[in-house]
Amino acid sequence: MTHIDEAPLSTEPEKTVAPVQGREKKLPTRDRATVITMVAIPLVLVVLLVWVPALLSVVLSFGKWNGFGDLDTIEWVGVQNYQDIFTIYPAFWPAVRHNLIWLAFLFVFPTVLGMLLAVVLDREMKGSRFYQTAFYMPVVLSLALIGFIWQLFYSRDQGLINDVFGSQVDWYGDPDINLWAVLVATAWRHTGYIMLIYLAGLKGVDASLREAAAVDGASEVKTFFHVIFPVMRPINMVVVVIVVIESLRAFDLVWVINKGRNGLEVIGALVAQNVIGEATRYGFGSALAVIMMLISSIFITLYLRTVFREERNR
Amino acid sequence: MLCILVGFCLQEAVVSRTTSTAIPRSTVATMAATRRNVLRGIGLSGLAVGGASLLAACGGDSGPATGSGATVKFGINEAEGVGAAHDRLAAIAKAYQQESGTTVDLNAVDHNTFQESINTYLQGTPDDVFTWFAGFRMAQFAEAGLITDLSDQWPIDGLNDSFKQAATAPDGKQYFVPISYYPWAVFYRKSVFEKNGWAPPSTNDDFMALMDDMQGKGVTPFAFGDKDGWPAMGTFDILNMRLNGFDFHMSLMAGDEAWDGDEVKGVFDTWRKLLPYHQADPLGRTWQEAATSMGKGECGMYLLGTFVVDALGENGEDLDFFTFPELDSSIGSDALDAPIDGFCVASAGQNQDAGKAMAKWLGSAAAADAGNNAADAPFIAANEGASTSTYSDLQKKSAEVVGAAANIAQFMDRDTNADFANTVMIPSIQAFLKDPDDIDGVTASIQEQANSIFG
Repeated sequence: MTHIDEAPLSTEPEKTVAPVQGREKKLPTRDRATVITMVAIPLVLVVLLVWVPALLSVVLSFGKWNGFGDLDTIEWVGVQNYQDIFTIYPAFWPAVRHNLIWLAFLFVFPTVLGMLLAVVLDREMKGSRFYQTAFYMPVVLSLALIGFIWQLFYSRDQGLINDVFGSQVDWYGDPDINLWAVLVATAWRHTGYIMLIYLAGLKGVDASLREAAAVDGASEVKTFFHVIFPVMRPINMVVVVIVVIESLRAFDLVWVINKGRNGLEVIGALVAQNVIGEATRYGFGSALAVIMMLISSIFITLYLRTVFREERNR
Repeated sequence: MLCILVGFCLQEAVVSRTTSTAIPRSTVATMAATRRNVLRGIGLSGLAVGGASLLAACGGDSGPATGSGATVKFGINEAEGVGAAHDRLAAIAKAYQQESGTTVDLNAVDHNTFQESINTYLQGTPDDVFTWFAGFRMAQFAEAGLITDLSDQWPIDGLNDSFKQAATAPDGKQYFVPISYYPWAVFYRKSVFEKNGWAPPSTNDDFMALMDDMQGKGVTPFAFGDKDGWPAMGTFDILNMRLNGFDFHMSLMAGDEAWDGDEVKGVFDTWRKLLPYHQADPLGRTWQEAATSMGKGECGMYLLGTFVVDALGENGEDLDFFTFPELDSSIGSDALDAPIDGFCVASAGQNQDAGKAMAKWLGSAAAADAGNNAADAPFIAANEGASTSTYSDLQKKSAEVVGAAANIAQFMDRDTNADFANTVMIPSIQAFLKDPDDIDGVTASIQEQANSIFG
């Protein structure tokens, strides 16, 4: 017993003293080496795998190159790629609009639904484990697979929906509808994801808060919105980030459906169409990628600003 | 050698950067599929690089270029397990090994991966001989110096002039050896036609009357699906060849004619008038689903390649076809799409002599027979000396029809710049099918983008 009490005492002075010295003067060589390695490796990786390629893409976006021959065969065309994208590339503006719709839709429907499911499941009702698994199941499926699964529902001539309702709706083919059909499929997966995150958050909420609220006579709904929800702020931030990322990276699903054409244009798919497939418009594709990077940067900047402001306020 | 490798790696790196990493880290996962492709490409070239250094290491002692002791590397665009397409090529490789004594090192790659990484493949360390298609894209590789001049191997016994022409790049030299082809035509069920007393139309009037009669009987005349974007190119091709002729079609594909001119507008306008005879809502339907509607008798006809049989899950006994009828008597109906598959020798291949020798043999009747005897579904051999004993009726007729055609096109996405076909024509044709009345808008947009691409 005594030695347990003593142990922290004996280490404590060292622990508190060492950092002070370290900050002011030098760390021991070994620690310095460790720190340098730990900073340098990720730094090198980030620079090599993120910044250098990003900058090269920007450079490439001012050229025209079909991938034949060496780099000196790149024809530098200035901002022509950007000009073409904004003026004569019919798929671009729809793609921007679709990405934004995607973002708004994910925020409104699956997020709210996921939150609701989490609250309901959190009440430990009978069979909640089963429901939890059932709702989460789609998340483990890849989006490509989800595209195929929903194709079975949506196919115009052989699909389940049209068969059951005797309708003739061209779910994946009609450009006025197919985006929504795809969003439903995305939501089917996304809801489970959000649900699980909120469920984890709810489990982490201090039970005494609820009790206190109950003692004060707050209704369930009031408790949730005025007590629980604000407490879950970190979770909410995570959800916001996830939703933004999910909607900007919208790609897989539309790619398996029709390669991002005919009403399902999203920027990610346009980049791929121009660069990955048999088409090799590297300059044009890079310009699209740069635009996508700029759009992402807006959201990332907003996010980082909020996070940093919060830390400063603390 | 080293500088080639380094140059190549640089390029590979730039290519992969443009595709995935131009995006901030948080969204890199976006392009999971994209990245996978790129990684696969890198993996592929990595393997190729490894192979190359091995070869380079043992390349000092000059072994025989062909015959026993020599190795030729053979890249094919069908992975193992996909069925007849791979089996035929593998059997051909084996037959060549037996006959010539040259060891054939087979490199079977999934079809789409092969197509999509062809540029980096050819500029890295490709196999000596690889599967490819006749047409503009072959010519493009020839122009870029990526494939080897095979004119010293031509003429090849049993390959007639039209095949030689298809193997010829604009510089007048041959860069390609054909092995097989298939026609695009109007397919129908014999039993359905018989039951209704319909016959293949020979004139435009017959054709219109037939379609009206079909509609009267509650049968949609044409099955139609364009979810994948490329099947409707076949309709454009045939209408353009019937209305404006083969020569105009080819120079339009080469970027030498205006897309917003009256000729192309006329094609779209005719198409617009024919659309009511086609299945509605084509943009959500795959060609397999459309083929099924024809198979079930809901639709009377389907304009597609002979691969339509694959979607029906039968041997095609009840299928027959006719070439698209003439629309303008001054143009006639003697041109059609019949994509030719075959082989090229990569300039960067290690063993040029072995590659050329093998390519020549691949054009022979023996090669075609070896392939056809080994698989349950034969292809239609380009070589006229090849045995037709394994052919179905459909194939015998295909051979006849293509043999009788005066002009053969390769299909839009093989006849024109791949950038243009994939990023402009597919969306534009889909835009037209969405809103057939805005022909001026569609053609103007195609022309603007064509200007930018063909520059």
